[in-house]
Amino acid sequence: MSSGISDAKAATTPQEDSVPAVTTLPLAKAINRALSDELAAEPKTLLMGEDIGALGGVFRVTDGLQARFGTDRVIDSPLAESGIIGTCIGLAMRGYRPVAEIQFDGFVFPAFNQITTQLAKIHNRTDGAVTVPVTIRLPYGGHIGSIEHHSESPEALFAHTAGLRILAPSSPHDAYWMTRQAIASADPVIVLEPKRRYWLKGEVDLQNPAPDAFTAQVLREGTEATLATYGPLVPVALAAAEVAADQGRSVEVVDVRSISPLDDETIARSAAKTQRLVVAHEAPTFGGFGAEIAARVSERAYHRLAAPVLRVGGFHMPYPPSGQEHRYLPNIDRMLEALERSFAYATAGGR
Amino acid sequence: MSPMRDVDHMNDFQLADPVPVQLLREDGTLSEHPQFSSYVEDLEDEVLRELYRHMVVERRFDAEATSLQRQGQLALWVPALGQEAAQIGVIAALRSSDRVFPTYREHAMALYRGISPEELMGTFRATRHSGWDPHTYDFNGYSVVLATQTLHAAGWAMGITQDVATGSLPEGRAADEVVLACLGDGATSQGDAHESMVFASSYQLPVLYFIQNNHWAISVPQKTQSRTPLAHRAAGYGFEGIRVDGNDVLATYAVSRYMTEQIRAGGGPKLVEAVTYRMGAHTTADDPTKYRSREELEEWKSRDPISRYRSWLLTGSKVDQEYVDQVDQEAADLASDLRTAVLAMEPMDLERVFDTVYAEPHRQVEVEKSWLKDYEAGFAEEVDHE
Repeated sequence: MSSGISDAKAATTPQEDSVPAVTTLPLAKAINRALSDELAAEPKTLLMGEDIGALGGVFRVTDGLQARFGTDRVIDSPLAESGIIGTCIGLAMRGYRPVAEIQFDGFVFPAFNQITTQLAKIHNRTDGAVTVPVTIRLPYGGHIGSIEHHSESPEALFAHTAGLRILAPSSPHDAYWMTRQAIASADPVIVLEPKRRYWLKGEVDLQNPAPDAFTAQVLREGTEATLATYGPLVPVALAAAEVAADQGRSVEVVDVRSISPLDDETIARSAAKTQRLVVAHEAPTFGGFGAEIAARVSERAYHRLAAPVLRVGGFHMPYPPSGQEHRYLPNIDRMLEALERSFAYATAGGR
Repeated sequence: MSPMRDVDHMNDFQLADPVPVQLLREDGTLSEHPQFSSYVEDLEDEVLRELYRHMVVERRFDAEATSLQRQGQLALWVPALGQEAAQIGVIAALRSSDRVFPTYREHAMALYRGISPEELMGTFRATRHSGWDPHTYDFNGYSVVLATQTLHAAGWAMGITQDVATGSLPEGRAADEVVLACLGDGATSQGDAHESMVFASSYQLPVLYFIQNNHWAISVPQKTQSRTPLAHRAAGYGFEGIRVDGNDVLATYAVSRYMTEQIRAGGGPKLVEAVTYRMGAHTTADDPTKYRSREELEEWKSRDPISRYRSWLLTGSKVDQEYVDQVDQEAADLASDLRTAVLAMEPMDLERVFDTVYAEPHRQVEVEKSWLKDYEAGFAEEVDHE
């Protein structure tokens, strides 16, 4: 199956050739563009989900795609998440590259069985005879003032399942290219879309791919501590680093980007350089993915660290009523507080 | 239009007759059925003999597997004893290119499709999770988490309709392919079975749901799964369902042929409930004497699918005793081959498991595979030093 990505130029229609190679798009539009380009490049690519057709999805991420590609390729499904993933698996077995939209993070659980016992395992179960290149788009995370089940961060639940790849883009450019790489992958990929950043605008270079989706990237160089995060908290971390700089602290920011596989080498290299690491995510810290990063960096950079790896995240509670989410979610101050705690340990050379 | 009249797109089906369709009585005599007799009247003797041969071979195979498990050679066995007619009746009514999505008890169907004893036993000797390439036999791997496979079947069927709509049928695949979604009475309670039937009905997919109602989901009786005949459920989704005597291979074949003809003609999904009985245990880890009576078992033994059919074949001179003996010998040979194959089966390497977690390289898998290699090499060095 062709990757699609290499066909990026072929994918653009004459009409779209008028769009400059570098364009400023909101993150949701960047994903829309990625889906559109993949649908154009690969006839076997299909979209399926609830309300993704005429409505264009509840976040309008698929806006206009059904009108352009037809109801057979942009499929409004029955209201059944297990059904969406289970039928995507069957389509993939037959050679299709289905892209499923799960409307909200909290609605992925009816499909949890299909994702974890089937999608993740079929390639392994069949000794590689059957590939299931299903992409699951999952708007995730909080800070949108919504009701229960609309603000969750379930990445650790999927990270623990071998067979899945999990991406968490944080910018429009990454969202465009990482979505395309997810669809092109022969493996099942969950793309965690930072829903509170859907309207975040940024430059998207349609000709020059982002770095490999399955790598972490240093977004801001620093020397005294590393702040690693992904998805919706990346802009928060960059802002926290800016405030820290004003206070005389040089903080490096790493965008983790890929949960599975985890580019622990890049994160550990940064932590070894700065000697301090703070990991942040919206999900609860207890049993959270930050613990995995902390453990791996501790193993790799133990003698270079001047402080234990510290975590910033949600509390061990169900996601709270959104009237209280400002106290629950990590913000600039919580990241700065963790950095301060890290700095409070004995300085350079530490051990 | 008044909302109350918004029924144009709705299918209206009568509830299935709760009395199962039967062509071959329990005493081995043929009865007339106004709709279905015609499907078997003109069957050549060769076809009739094949139905018999496959049932007998599977039963012997099944018994040998049970014995192998008792002797510690299999991790588990899931007997299909008593369900031979249901399975052979439907699989014989399909084309070899019709895709099958089985549960974990469809041994007669698997053997019918040419899956070898060794391939079939990978699962049960736990040497591999699934022993055959689904694409080779158009027969998916066994599904252990029940009803998940019914959604895969619906998705595969969506692929057929999509291929046809876009004129992109892969070589060797038929535009009128039928997808067989297997499930049992227990699995009908799973949400995935419901969702699959919703999708199949909404998109009018070419799926035949084949429920083997064997009366027991391990220890739980069918009445705990459903207070209506399972075939009635089809009407609720807007498609046809039929109850058939699943211990009658001719009736099961006839009804399945009828249903597949409807589906191939664009009639959308259909459902067959084959009423049968699991004469053995659920698995070799089960003890059915704890939950069902000897009388019930004896009653079902009197409806045995094979003896009924053999009696009819012999009486009607479709086969002679020599043929029966010949089939028994073939079955014994297969059982012997099974034993030889199983004893020689070795588990797949853990390296191979590492290599197939993902289709493309994954950092953590590679690191762990490499670590294990070094770790185990360390032991080899220690042994060398001793």
